[in-house]
Amino acid sequence: MTHPVLSWALPIALCMLVLAMVLALVRLLKGPSAQDRVLALDCMYLNGMLLALVLGVLYGSSTYFEGALLIALFSFVGTTAMAKFLLRGEVIE
Amino acid sequence: MTEAALPLWAEIIIAVLVLAGSAIALLGSWGLLRLKTYFERVHAPSIIATMGCWCVMHGTIVYFSLQGQGLALHSLLIALFVAITVPVTNIFLMRAALFRARRAGNDAPPSLSRSTGSQERDS
Repeated sequence: MTHPVLSWALPIALCMLVLAMVLALVRLLKGPSAQDRVLALDCMYLNGMLLALVLGVLYGSSTYFEGALLIALFSFVGTTAMAKFLLRGEVIE
Repeated sequence: MTEAALPLWAEIIIAVLVLAGSAIALLGSWGLLRLKTYFERVHAPSIIATMGCWCVMHGTIVYFSLQGQGLALHSLLIALFVAITVPVTNIFLMRAALFRARRAGNDAPPSLSRSTGSQERDS
């Protein structure tokens, strides 16, 4: 690579995303109520999806897009199911 | 690491977009950790789903469009999917939190449809 811009910027971005995941994990572990934990898990899903996108740019492979799309899909399904459980007491009535 | 060498302006654009998205993700997670009550905390990760996700998505579109041939718009699909689904999950979570706060007898605003529709939910 001729210009070292991306090879410096992408690991810094990865470090920031991992730090964001750690902050969300702290909230997940110490959250006082159940909905705090669900919200922190949703935030971790979003950070992981961005992490997969940045990894796809870093390795120059578009295979990571399918992974990011799957993470987004599971984030929606999982968070909706857990919010429904908190609201109603069961997922499927 | 990459197949073909990109021009310098493209690398700077991609680096700025990806770094901005990561910084916004860090900011949203820090707000999730730092804010006091739940109803303040629920706003903080939304900035990751809007601003952070769109910044990183534009960076990947620029990168893969210059890398291969043609416009690589498949990461737009992820950003559109996130933009559609994240408000739905946030509304669900806030309704669940309101329901639990009312049931626990905490200080929560009363239900707007008090008479008819939400009888079995608020009881």
